[in-house]
This record gives sequence, C-alpha cells and structure tokens, in this order.
Amino acid sequence: MSQSNESVIRGGQAAAGPAYHAAGPTIMQRYGALLVAGLILVLAPVVAPFIGAGPDLLSRVLIWGIFGLGFDLLFGYTGLLSFGQAAFFGTGSFITAYLLTAGIIDNMLLALLCSIIGAAILGVGIGYLTLRRSGIYFAMSTLAFAEMIYFLEFGPLRDWTGGENGIPGIPEAVVDFGFVEFFVGFGWPMYTFLAVLFFIGFAVARRISLSPFGVILTAIRENPERAMAVGHTIQRYKLAVFVIAAAYGGLAGGLLGMFQGYMPPDAFNLHTSAELVIQTVMGGAGTLFGPLLGALIWLYLYEVLQFVDSVGPYWRLILGVIFVILVTLFRKGICGEILAWRNRRISRRMAAAMPETGRSYVDPNAKLVMRDAPQMESGRPVLRADNIAKHYGGLKAVKGVSISIQEGELRGLIGPNGAGKSTFFRMLAGEIQPTHGRVYLRGQDITGIGVTQVCQMGMSKSYQVNTLFDQLTVKQNILMSVLGHKRGSFKLDALKAVESVRGCPEQVAAVLGMVELTHRAETPIHELSYGEKRRVEIGLALATGANVLLLDEPLAGMSPEERVQTVALLKKIRVGRTVLIVEHDMDAMFELADRITVLYDGNFLAEGTPEEIRNSKAVQDAYLGGMEEDE
Amino acid sequence: MPSMSLFMSQVFNGLALGVLLALIATGLTIIYGTLGVINFAHGALFVVGAYAGFSLFMASGSFVLSLLGAAVAAMVVGLIMERGLIKRFYHRPHEDQILVTFGISIVIVEIIRAIYGGVGQRVPLPSWGEGVINLGFVTYPLYRLEIMAIAASVLFACWYVLYKTRLGLIIRSGIEDALMVRLLGINVQRYFMLVFGIGAAAAGFAGMIYGPMVSIVPDMGFRVLIQSFVVVVLGGVGSFPGAILGGLIAGQILSLTSLFNPVYSDVMLFAAMALILIVRPQGLMGVEGRA
Repeated sequence: MSQSNESVIRGGQAAAGPAYHAAGPTIMQRYGALLVAGLILVLAPVVAPFIGAGPDLLSRVLIWGIFGLGFDLLFGYTGLLSFGQAAFFGTGSFITAYLLTAGIIDNMLLALLCSIIGAAILGVGIGYLTLRRSGIYFAMSTLAFAEMIYFLEFGPLRDWTGGENGIPGIPEAVVDFGFVEFFVGFGWPMYTFLAVLFFIGFAVARRISLSPFGVILTAIRENPERAMAVGHTIQRYKLAVFVIAAAYGGLAGGLLGMFQGYMPPDAFNLHTSAELVIQTVMGGAGTLFGPLLGALIWLYLYEVLQFVDSVGPYWRLILGVIFVILVTLFRKGICGEILAWRNRRISRRMAAAMPETGRSYVDPNAKLVMRDAPQMESGRPVLRADNIAKHYGGLKAVKGVSISIQEGELRGLIGPNGAGKSTFFRMLAGEIQPTHGRVYLRGQDITGIGVTQVCQMGMSKSYQVNTLFDQLTVKQNILMSVLGHKRGSFKLDALKAVESVRGCPEQVAAVLGMVELTHRAETPIHELSYGEKRRVEIGLALATGANVLLLDEPLAGMSPEERVQTVALLKKIRVGRTVLIVEHDMDAMFELADRITVLYDGNFLAEGTPEEIRNSKAVQDAYLGGMEEDE
Repeated sequence: MPSMSLFMSQVFNGLALGVLLALIATGLTIIYGTLGVINFAHGALFVVGAYAGFSLFMASGSFVLSLLGAAVAAMVVGLIMERGLIKRFYHRPHEDQILVTFGISIVIVEIIRAIYGGVGQRVPLPSWGEGVINLGFVTYPLYRLEIMAIAASVLFACWYVLYKTRLGLIIRSGIEDALMVRLLGINVQRYFMLVFGIGAAAAGFAGMIYGPMVSIVPDMGFRVLIQSFVVVVLGGVGSFPGAILGGLIAGQILSLTSLFNPVYSDVMLFAAMALILIVRPQGLMGVEGRA
C-alpha cells in the first residue's frame, strides 16, 4: 500500500464545550479492588478465629480462589461456561507432584511453573476442540473432555499418576529463589505464602480484565456476532482466555498437592469442575472476588455442617438448594448483587452531581480517522460483486446479481419486500458465503473470507435490526469498534491499559461527535430511545474506520424528526466514503443517492440515476405488482 | 485376536448399551430440540427411574410394573421441575439453564442419597430374564437380549409418536419455530410440558432396565449424563435419528475397545467425539446453524 493516504474527516460540531481530556479512570477505580483484596487477605486471619475457621481452611479457600480467578475470566467475563476445569486442576496437581517426588525438579516454584505451562498446553488442545462450537455444545464437550483426562489418569497413565492412590510424599514447601530460601511451615506461614500468590494472581486477572484484550472479552460475552463484525477474530480471543483459565487451574492444582503433601486422584474428578462452577456462581461471576467468597461459603459450610449430627449427611443437599435459589433469583451471585446495588447508587449519585459528565468527550478537534486504502485507478470500482447468488435448498433468495460501485459514490439499493436485498447485502459484507459468484473490494477477492476480515479491510455494515452491546454504555460500544481498528483482528495485550492504545479516545470522541451522541456517552444502550440506538448502530460501523459502508435500512422505524436528523447524518458521513444503502424510504433515497439499483424477486431489475429509476416503467410495474400481491 | 464368539458377544453388549444410550440421549435431544434447554438433570432423572423401579420391584415383585413405575416417577419429577423452575428459564441465557438444571440434579441425587444411603443396591433380574440363551454362534445372557428388544420398541414408539401422529407433528414444528406454532393457535406451553415429561420418562425407563446389569448408586447418573452428551455431540443436537445413530456408535466403541484393552474404552469414546468436532462439528445428523 505505497500510495496510501490517511483520509481525515472532521467529526463533531464546533461546540464550545470544555477542553477535551481522555476522562481516564481515577486511581481509586483502577486500584481500589487491589486494595480491597489486600485488606481482605490481611484481615482474614484476624477475623477467622471468631467463626472457627483455621489457617488450613483459609489456605484451601485461597487455592480454590486462585482456581476461580481464571474460571471467572472465562465464564464471568467472556461468558464461556466450562464444565471441564478439573482437567487443568488435576494436570497441574499431577505435574507438580510428579516432578517433586521423582526428583526431576527440586525447586518448588519451578515445579509450579511447569504445572502452569503443562495445564496451558492442555488448554490449547482442549480449547481448540471445544471452542469449535459455542453455547451448550461448549459446556457438554468440556465436561466430556475433562472426563477423558480423568480416564487417562486412572487408566493408561496410572504408572505415572498412581491411579486411585495418587502420588504421596510431596516434600514440604520450600520457597527457593537461588539466593534466598525458606521453608513454608504448616498453618499461618502456608496461609501467608498462598495469600501472596493469590494477591499476585488477583492483580494479574484484574489487569487482564481492564486491558483492551479484556474489554473485547466483554464484547464477546455481550454480542459475539457484532464483536466479529467490528473486526475481532473472536475464536482466538476465546482460545486465549481459555488457556489463561487453564493456567490458573494448573497453578491451583499444583498448590493443592503441595499443601496436602500428596496429589489426590480426585483432583481430576468431575465434582471438582462442578464445585468450581457452583462456588463461582454463588460468590458472583464476573467480579473476581466471587469465586473466593463462594469457596469460603462452600468449604466453611462443609466443615461446619459435617460435624452437626442431624444435618451432616445433607450438606450437599443444603448447598444444592441454596445454589438453585441463587441461580433462579440472584443470578449475579453474592458479590455481584452487592456490586450492582452499589453501582446503582453510585451512578445515581454521580448523575445528580455531574449531569454533564459526558461533555468531556466533546472535542471540537477530534478527527475521525479512516483506514488506509490504496487509491483506485479512476474508473475501477471500489466494490464489485460478480453475478453472486444465494440458494437455500430449493429457495433462490438471490439469483445472480452484479453490482459495481465507484469511489465516493452513494448508491441506493431498493426493491419490494422479498427482493433479496438483505441477503445480497449479507453476502457483500461477508456474513454469508454466496452459492456462486465473487465479491471484490478494491480489486481484492473477499468472497468467503468472513465478516471480520472484510471489516479489517475497511468495509463495515450497519444492521437492519439493532445489533448492539446492550448492557454497555454508548461510549463503550463505540470503543469496541475502535479497538478493532487500532489493534487489528487479534492482539494479546492482556496486561496493557486501554489508554495505551494510540488514538483510541480521540477516535471514540470523533465518532460520538459525528453521530451526535456525545451527551449520551455514559448512557447504557438499553436506556436510549430507538432513534438514538439507530445512530449508535451506524456509529459502530463508522468507528471501525471503514471507508466503505453498507447501511441496511438506516431509516427504518423512525419518527419524522428522527428521519430528518438521520438523513442529515447520512449526508455528513458520505463525505470521503463510499456508501451503499438499502432503504424502503423512497423520498430519502431519491434525495441522497447518486445512483440506484433495483432488485426484484432475487434478480437485478434496473440501475440508473434517481430520475431514471423514478420514470422506469419496469420499476413501477415491479412495485405495483408487489402492492397488488400484498393487498 | 479374540475368538469369534467373544467378539460377537461384545458386539451384542455394545448393541445393548447402544440402545440404552440412544434411549437416554433421545430424551435429552428432544427436550433440547423443542424447548431449547439442555437438561443437565437428565442423569438424575435416570437415577430416579432406577431407584423408583427398584423400590417398586422390591415391594411388588413385578418387573413390568416397576418398569412402568420408573418411567412414571421420572416423568412426575420431570414435570415438577419443568413447571416449578425450568419454565422460568426459557427466556434466560443457555448458561443459566445449564446452571439451574445442574443445581436441580444435585438436589435430586442428594435426596435419593438421603433416602437410600450411598451404598450400591442390587436390582435382581426378573424371573423371565434369568439364564443364558444359545444363539448358535454365541451364548448370551437372556436379559440383555430382552432389554435390547424392549429399548428398541420404546425407541420405535418414540419415532412413531414423533413422526406419525398429530402430537409429533406439533412437537416437530415446535422445534422448527415455536412462535409460529403458537400463532397458529396451539398451546405450545402444554406441549412443551408434555415433551419434558416424555423425555424424563425415557430417562427413568432406561434407569430401570439398566438396573439389573449393575449395582445402582446415587452418583451413577453423572457418568450416564456425560456419555449421553457424547452421543448427542456425535449425532447432532436436536436430531432424533442422530441420537439413535450416536447411541449405537458409542455402544460399539465402548464394548469393542474393551475387547482389546478395557482401559481405553472410555478414552476412545471421547476420541471419537474429538474427531467429530474436528471434521463435522454439527454432528453426524445435525443441521448446520442450529445451536
């Protein structure tokens, strides 16, 4: 791309707002959670004796808490419910135990590191297979693969793992950095050692959750289709977080063996996976504290109830009932409900105190940056479809349509209902593969490369039905697209901060200005009016840096005022971009479009200037014919 | 190389296990196909059937009666589950549905443990199932041959109901598009309840016929659940023929591998699943795009 030029378009009105600053999170927002975690770990030994909990119980809780940190990133943040984490816990446990008892590695920390690596490698394998399907398939197949590892451990590998006897005789824990070495005794020293590890693990997990990488995990949970459409290769993100979760599992498993002095064979058991899920959900998924609290409740109740004669045998039943009630009524878990309650209060208080929060995102100078694009030789189309068709079994939705669109053109695509416009559009955007025919963007064949790659090449689509990240704010929605532009389709920047992505806040501000939603920046999507949501929809496509836009019925369902506003917006965004619009609003189409293409019954019907189309006998017949059929 | 008669008897064992797994997976798959819920408590319903049947058999001495009782007991528990909790979850994410059915499975299994204790119980063979039969090429336990016939006829009955009756037509249309069926003036909710009941009954029925072949314990449902998951992944979620095909394949894999090396039999089952996930992720009979 030697002749590339960075096209820059002015976004935002020249509002006389306060000076722009990248309203970054305050220190408290960023490090508050670490402070809380530290305080809990320090205070726990002081409080624990009052409820009859000793250092052993707390140590065990910490091990499960570490296990849960990874699982929470996987389930709470990304929405992937795995029932197979025992595979990694067991593997980590086995590796540490084996290395230390066989005398291969003497250094405990090194052995734990091997556990982490071993579990992560297993995670790559299982993740690759199970992530091929999502949703229920993922839950079922992770469970099944964990069971496979369990059978391997008890069967073919029993010479190494000890089968049902496990591996006894793991030496006492020694922390050896080479220059300094000390024994970790049982009781509180062990607790301290585990607390330090938990704190480090917590800090890393927290950091991951706040990184651009972590932000995209949230996008995947909220709306995987749109996350793909704005340019993220979600499969790789999912695999990466799966491997991270596996690594946490490996560490926790290794610690369990070290803590108990022997590797228990039931670390591989499916109950281990199940208990992790229950603890995380009880405590609250997506909080990082949840799994720790859940583990405390689970293990404490187990310890206490076990010795009460009348209820002892029923402790699992009692916990099962509690679990069902929590899932039914308090899905966020204990920590989650507390956080949600606190956030509600905070947001209300903040809104009252600072009604103009969002205005800091007004930046009169913010420029919307588009992707670099090779200059096309004059006369060569930017977007070209070559006789593309889509058949669904016997139904031929699109029967072979060609189109070619010049740089900077605004093309309208019209046709009666059922003409195949949306299917045609989806083929152009790479959402579905044509049955035959090819699509070219700037001369490059993009047929079948998928919506993510198409987006990365500078073409994006807005949807007929709003496809947004509903739980997030307007600003966060736009951010998802911008990250896809600034970071590419995949980047493992899990330990960086979002602000470190260059040009990111400026681009968000520019898009917000362009779609005139700056004042709504901090509003969650589900609180917006319909017309505002439609503008976010267009904003998401714009924010990908696209220089070719496909807009699917941008005016559908709008009130007269909203329609006027949006027509003005469309005029603004077409400057410097190539735009293709599907629309039923003929008046708007005749006003906006340079040329119009008409589809009818899956076929190309006509193409020409608005004037030509208006006077075309064939088009009039097609629409009237359509009317007669409808009424 | 194992002898011919040993080989044949393992093929028969595989067939017996296969129809059983097919029966359980059928329940799982029609519930998922119709209601969109993957029932993690399906293994627990299998256990309900096994224990209810066991109690009835001990009390009445009639195996046929206890078979019916097992199906009815699992159905009743299933209906209580559906009306009491699961119907509130139809519009919630799949993850929530999995969590709640999983929680229910713990509760059911623990209640059974509280009633019967954790030690294994032996369900005696019915009088008509004792002894062996000489098939010429192999001598085979009579009971296993009979349960093959019983399970196959139940599967046939399921197929008949699903594909040849008005009820089946409604259920299959519900799988395609529940909203449309509702708009046609059919009370889908009632049919959904029925589907859940039928699925649960199939699991309970399987629990009872499985009983005399093993000793029953409250935890046995989990392994069965996982095996039927594999069956469903092999065959394709929501596909009735897929559940049967997957069940038969799984049965053969489990029993034929143990002919050569028993240690690998379960591992091979999961290896088959891995293979399917790589080459045909939607399952052998599954439709692309569903789930």
